[in-house]
Amino acid sequence: MKPPPLRYLRAHDPEEAVELLAEYGDEAKVIAGGQSLVPLLNFRLARPSVLVDIGAVTPWATLVSGDRSLELGALTTHLRIERAGGTEPFRGLEVLPRTASLIGHLPIRSRGTIGGSLAHGDPAAEWCILAVLLDAEATLCSGRGERRVPLTRLLQGFFTTTIAPDEVLTAVTFPRTGAAASLVEHAPRHGDFALVAAAAAAEPADGVCRRPRIVLGGVGPTPVRVPDAEDVLAGRALTPDVVAAAAAAAAAAVDPPSDAHASSAHRRRLVATLVTRALTHVGGRAREGRAA
Amino acid sequence: MTEHITLTVNGVAHEVDVDLRWTLVDVLRLVLRQTGTHVGCEHGVCGTCTVLVDGLPARACLILAGQADGHEIETVEGLGTAEHPHPLQAAFSRHRALQCGFCTPGFLMLAAGLLREEPRPDPARIRDVVASNLCRCTAYDGIIAAIEDAAGSAGAGHPRDLG
Ligand SMILES: Cc1cc2nc3c(=O)[nH]c(=O)nc-3n(C[C@H](O)[C@H](O)[C@H](O)COP(=O)(O)OP(=O)(O)OC[C@H]3O[C@@H](n4cnc5c(N)ncnc54)[C@H](O)[C@@H]3O)c2cc1C
Ligand code: FES
Ligand code: FES
Repeated sequence: MKPPPLRYLRAHDPEEAVELLAEYGDEAKVIAGGQSLVPLLNFRLARPSVLVDIGAVTPWATLVSGDRSLELGALTTHLRIERAGGTEPFRGLEVLPRTASLIGHLPIRSRGTIGGSLAHGDPAAEWCILAVLLDAEATLCSGRGERRVPLTRLLQGFFTTTIAPDEVLTAVTFPRTGAAASLVEHAPRHGDFALVAAAAAAEPADGVCRRPRIVLGGVGPTPVRVPDAEDVLAGRALTPDVVAAAAAAAAAAVDPPSDAHASSAHRRRLVATLVTRALTHVGGRAREGRAA
Repeated sequence: MTEHITLTVNGVAHEVDVDLRWTLVDVLRLVLRQTGTHVGCEHGVCGTCTVLVDGLPARACLILAGQADGHEIETVEGLGTAEHPHPLQAAFSRHRALQCGFCTPGFLMLAAGLLREEPRPDPARIRDVVASNLCRCTAYDGIIAAIEDAAGSAGAGHPRDLG
């Protein structure tokens, strides 16, 4: 099918984008890379009467690398992050470029943006999972001003966020915690959305785990932390026994849905396997003294 | 809502009046009458509509006309001709990398985009990239072999007359 009739408006700078959203907010949708929105328009599952294209708002495509954090403009494409692997801004946050290569395929990554992914709020989206894992914050902007919101509060449910109709997500900021981190996933076909994804992070200190974090995607309406499994890890070395105990705790803590793609029991077994892999990876990176 | 946009397709600038909600693949096929770019699923999954936008592979069914305004598009029409096939087209023919040919324009443009950025990808990398497109005639082994073969030729990532 084809997109429904709509007014297509282009913002040339941040001010114009914010003004257009103030005027049309309730009936408008922002379009960034279009890699999630255009399929919905083509199938008429989304019927906004106005589209505000922010693709040309270059200040929202910048990358600001600081000592304590890395700020990525909302329009940063998946491909640009993937190709930035090994560069200075991503030092300590290598998990971002490594994970970018898991998102869809090259022709999707060349257009899709990190801001679009977070605003879309798919619970299996790699950026949503990593943003929760690494305590990232989104910057939201509207005619009413600017606010910063942790991703845990931005993501409310399946494709549901706390972004107001007149707001636009302009950037996402990842703190440099020095944690080693990893995201692993299982997708039935290469490049598909993950059935289940597991991400883990820990700050290595004297061979034991500090601030362990485990976040799962694809097991509920948002990426979820699993405190039961994190508790198993706190203050202990990531030995195979400890990793297995944490993986079992994670599998026991979730109640994933059954759907056409997989049963709840299958997803639960994937949780155990993927948490084991993610933690083993984190343990390896921590031993090598490498962050993220 | 019809508006005036400029699309550069294979180096030629086209001024067209289109409804900005139309997708790029529809503008190419229905307005410019360049039907080399095929259209299948219209939701980014099959890849037969793959073209290069500013040099990078992209799905023409997931780009609105308004988003394409002012950008450089490359399609299979710009690669080569029957008399003077592009190295990728010659290699696809040699390796029998197609049967019905419906998917072929998408694979050719995907491969051209890959080779422009990575002139010598190994077979694992080629396999990873072509997984983005669907071929229902199961010609993947031939497709991978063809791209690997073409990767050795000069200009494999560029249109023939520029290469
Ligand atoms: C075949 C295919 C496979 C894919 N596989 C994966 C995958 O494995 N993992 C994955 O994570 N994603 C996958 N995607 C989705 C892709 O990553 C999208 O790029 C991403 O979800 C949305 O980014 P976008 O820039 O394209 O956003 P758009 O499609 O432009 O917008 C998506 C939504 O976010 C809103 N929005 C966008 N930007 C902003 C902003 N700055 N402020 C406020 N609202 C905004 C829009 O209004 C819309 O509701 C896939 C897509 C396709 C077509
Ligand atoms: S028609 Fe564009 S990906 Fe299928
Ligand atoms: S040759 Fe028929 S679909 Fe690929």
